[in-house]
Amino acid sequence: MRHIISVLLENESGALSRVAGLFSARGYNIESLTVAPTDDPSLSRMTIVTSGSDEIVEQITKQLNKLVDVIKLLDMTAHPHIEREMALVKVRVGEAADREEVKRLTDIFRGRIIDVTQQTYVIEITGEGSKLDAFLEAVSPFPVLEVVRSGVMGIARGDVALQL
Amino acid sequence: MSETSSSSTAITGAEIFCRSLQAEGVDVVFGYPGGAVLHIYDALYRQDKVSHVLVRHEQGAVHAAEGYAKSSDKPGVALVTSGPGATNAITGIADAYMDSVPLVVFTGQVPTSLIGNDAFQEVDTVGITRPCVKHNFLVKDVKDLATTIKKAFYVATTGRPGPVVVDIPKDVTAASCEFEYPESIHMRSYNPTFGGYTGQIDKAVDLILSAKQPMIYTGGGVILGRGSEALTEFTRKLGYPITNTLMGLGGYPASDKQFLGMLGMHGTYEANMAMHHADVLIAIGARFDDRVTGNIEKFCPHAKIVHVDVDPSSISKNVKVDVPIVGEVEPVLRALIKALDAANAKPDPEALDAWWKQIREWQSQDCLKYDRESELIKPQYVVQKFWELTQGDAFVTSDVGQHQMWAAQFYGFDKPNRWINSGGLGTMGVGLPFAMGVQFAHPDATVGCITGEASIQMCIQELSTCYQYQLPIKILNLNNRYLGMVRQWQEFFYQGRYAMSYMDALPDFVKLAEAYGHVGMRIDKPGDVEGAIKEALAQKERLVFLDFLTDQSENVYPMIPAGAGQNEMILV
Ligand SMILES: Cc1cc2nc3c(=O)[nH]c(=O)nc-3n(C[C@H](O)[C@H](O)[C@H](O)COP(=O)(O)OP(=O)(O)OC[C@H]3O[C@@H](n4cnc5c(N)ncnc54)[C@H](O)[C@@H]3O)c2cc1C
Ligand SMILES: Cc1ncc(C[n+]2csc(CCOP(=O)(O)OP(=O)(O)O)c2C)c(N)n1
Ligand SMILES: [Mg+2]
Repeated sequence: MRHIISVLLENESGALSRVAGLFSARGYNIESLTVAPTDDPSLSRMTIVTSGSDEIVEQITKQLNKLVDVIKLLDMTAHPHIEREMALVKVRVGEAADREEVKRLTDIFRGRIIDVTQQTYVIEITGEGSKLDAFLEAVSPFPVLEVVRSGVMGIARGDVALQL
Repeated sequence: MSETSSSSTAITGAEIFCRSLQAEGVDVVFGYPGGAVLHIYDALYRQDKVSHVLVRHEQGAVHAAEGYAKSSDKPGVALVTSGPGATNAITGIADAYMDSVPLVVFTGQVPTSLIGNDAFQEVDTVGITRPCVKHNFLVKDVKDLATTIKKAFYVATTGRPGPVVVDIPKDVTAASCEFEYPESIHMRSYNPTFGGYTGQIDKAVDLILSAKQPMIYTGGGVILGRGSEALTEFTRKLGYPITNTLMGLGGYPASDKQFLGMLGMHGTYEANMAMHHADVLIAIGARFDDRVTGNIEKFCPHAKIVHVDVDPSSISKNVKVDVPIVGEVEPVLRALIKALDAANAKPDPEALDAWWKQIREWQSQDCLKYDRESELIKPQYVVQKFWELTQGDAFVTSDVGQHQMWAAQFYGFDKPNRWINSGGLGTMGVGLPFAMGVQFAHPDATVGCITGEASIQMCIQELSTCYQYQLPIKILNLNNRYLGMVRQWQEFFYQGRYAMSYMDALPDFVKLAEAYGHVGMRIDKPGDVEGAIKEALAQKERLVFLDFLTDQSENVYPMIPAGAGQNEMILV
């Protein structure tokens, strides 16, 4: 089963490689991993999307907790939560009709065109992974030059909060 | 604070290193110098509280520190230079990681300005060691040095112990600042379990008392957590049978009648059969290693399991358990004893009688029997004699191979911290440096190193260290002219194709020992074994290398072959 695990860890050089190393050394799946400092600059928050049986995911959370740089973690899967991912998509739109159609698709998916040249659009789109997949499918008739995906971020709904 | 007053009390990083070690109560550091640590060596030279032992190879330094830690109640400390010094230390660090040995290993590093430049003797020590340490640090500023050292000792010795590496660039050892060693330390990201989580105690006691065919299975955690007294009280109170893992030997007195011997691949018939038939398994400070469980599908098919471990990730890792208790063995055992005393129920005496009857029957198999009439020296006999002649009271280190198993099977350990070996990594070469560390921790004790002719050659250079420091270790070389453990597998599973397992061109160990300044003896007749050991023990001041030419074809029994269940042993 797919799990999304949020981790608060020390914002120290090496902390990221400890987590990445743990996943490769123990052969755990890693679908995506995002990390950035939080409002408290001494802390980083990481979102890991992984998958495995219940036993494996239990080991993953235990092993993460065991890393000395990890302060706290939360398996979002156990709570109602929100997932978001962002994609930046560069599409070639040479013809006016193409520009029309791509603009229309972007609107349908509530994306935004954030860069325009005579030949290209850069589209910013956020949502769950499946929405991004659907958008990419929708624009696939046009020449897609580049896709950048951020990986998943997650936050629990309601009162549940991952904080110190 | 004015600049002058702070500079008047400022000391160098190298001095801070020494003062911090003093503050930690470190009395001995095992190490080897080199460019990156010269400031530190100079500072060590100019103080006399922390002594330094010069080994002959950095692997030996770390293993010696392990031997020191495993046999005492203090962490081991090693100091090596950057680059090759650090890489030579890796095997020891990985060994300590696998067996949860509290160590602090200091490595020199190139100056911070050169890090990342492929500088002379630069390796990414923090990167290389990351997968085999409990934690590691790179100290980039002299102001962080004392606190980092404090953290290193704290992390190494608390919770599930393990090795911590502190990488110190040369310029940090030259720079100065004021020294203040923190009294205590708090790390928001590291909160080891102290004591025990007692919420499950009642549930555990109910299950324990409901057992008809109980079994207690304990491991290295009892030794590491100084829980053997509590374990002994707990076990005697219940009257249940008990087995120890290879790492747990000495946690319960081997001479006690409730003790069934070691379990696992080369465990006794009775211990493995009792595991297989148990209805309640009480696992304490043991990690369900594959050498113990055999085929996991067939492991303890009837048992409900209570598991006490300080590391939550050890629990339900390989085997799903019914009552998990996260905590240190000692306080948890005390809580269990208290709850047992308070409980109204008692173990079912009839069921227990029947169970012991069954166990005695398994014991009558005499699974450790060997040919006592042989013309050849049987390795088991040598260990047994050594046990007898030391009244079972020596510290015994071993290397890795058949001799290790015979040492475990035939030297009955009645006390914890007496049996020092490499279980998790299974590192040939540890025996002699382990023994050095033990002898430093216990200068007056008898320290035996039971080894094989192949293993001993992997750190043989340490004979020189032993001479320099006059360590009167007794080396018992069970010389079968084979990589015996490898040969055994080839005999059993590769139709006797002995690929590369014959030890050709062996040195003359007697002359070798003598060349290093020690006493060497060769023994090739069973009748001479006892006399030779006596003579060696009488040489209180000297290292004696006893080279026993043993039966080359002897195998370790019982044996659970790979993929088999615990009840499917190959017997002699
Ligand atoms: C050639 C060879 C053959 C071997 N054959 C066998 C064999 O037949 N039988 C056998 O048993 N082993 C054998 N081994 C050893 C085996 O590989 C493992 O090293 C060993 O079984 C592990 O022992 P353990 O379970 O006691 O765990 P350890 O490695 O000693 O781990 C200790 C456990 O206790 C926990 N712990 C630590 N401190 C505390 C505390 N204070 N409180 C609570 N818990 C704590 C730790 O978290 C850990 O889970 C062999 C090794 C070699 C090299
Ligand atoms: C460093 C290292 N290399 C290889 C092995 C694999 N190995 C395990 S036992 C063994 C043979 C050991 O021979 P010896 O020391 O003579 O002991 P014996 O089995 O003959 O008693 C080998 C090669 C190991 N455990 N460690
Ligand atoms: Mg041999």
